[in-house]
Amino acid sequence: MTGRRGGRPLVPAYLSTGGVARPSRPQLERLTVLSGSGEPVPAGLPAAQLALLDALFGGSLTVLEAAALLELPVSAVRVLAAGLLDRGLVLARAPIPPAESFDPDLLKRVADGLRALKHD
Amino acid sequence: MAYAPSSTTSGIHLPDTAQELVKILIAGPFGVGKTTLIDSVSEIRPLHTEERLTEASVHVDDLDGVREKSTTTVAIDFGRLSLPGGIVLYLFGTPGQERFRALWEEISHGALGALVLVDSRRIDASFDMLGLVEESGLPYAVALNTFPDAPRHHTDEQLRAALDLAPDTPLVTCDARDAESSIDALLALVQHLIDRDPPEHR
Repeated sequence: MTGRRGGRPLVPAYLSTGGVARPSRPQLERLTVLSGSGEPVPAGLPAAQLALLDALFGGSLTVLEAAALLELPVSAVRVLAAGLLDRGLVLARAPIPPAESFDPDLLKRVADGLRALKHD
Repeated sequence: MAYAPSSTTSGIHLPDTAQELVKILIAGPFGVGKTTLIDSVSEIRPLHTEERLTEASVHVDDLDGVREKSTTTVAIDFGRLSLPGGIVLYLFGTPGQERFRALWEEISHGALGALVLVDSRRIDASFDMLGLVEESGLPYAVALNTFPDAPRHHTDEQLRAALDLAPDTPLVTCDARDAESSIDALLALVQHLIDRDPPEHR
């Protein structure tokens, strides 16, 4: 953990969402994958929603990564993403569900993947 | 590190092959080397999110509370590793003080496990963190981050006793600046997750 690296965001978090504090969809998590739907962007989209769409132009991002890039709290990005989902401008894919104990096969593939990185 | 999946788009966007996204917490006190470890293995420059402590502590995304105006924020670093086979592993640097408890609970939700870093010069600084992890029920391994100016005073047995570790909790030594060493520490944790049998209740 470190101190702030960038400056203050241009738009404060509480204004970025147009005053909306809760997302219209509760299931957006930090690791939910967001991608642009490719639908035409309607005129008059709020600037912060447009900024999120722009960030998704070149590929998918998690809610977490979008928050880091836009310098907004995760909670604000949840609200923005939910608004874009409601308009059909963004698609979301949920992360694997939390589990009491994870699939042994998944864990084994994580281990194999880490080992493969070492030999690269 | 040099690893870069061939199918990835440039920069921060997820590789097209990304299927399963998982997370591991890199936990420990300030200055223990969490960001260093994340930096040494992450395929993206470590990023951070600003997290509001009081907001998290009341478990609502209430952005307009007047009384919260003096909210303190904390920067949570994270990094990412795209593994062969479509798995994307996120590493979250998570501070360990009691006042981060609510934030800890939110970030640890759905995590595979935690790698608790211990500073070889300040072992007691990790006590709070270990308490928090144990309380959460998240499986964990302990990595002693060796600092160059720290002569090793402790044997593994002394260290285990000082940290009050269960016999099956992995204790490894790592150099957080070194990618291979950091991956070895992560592997010790993942192997521990595989070996836990029967799975403990979380």
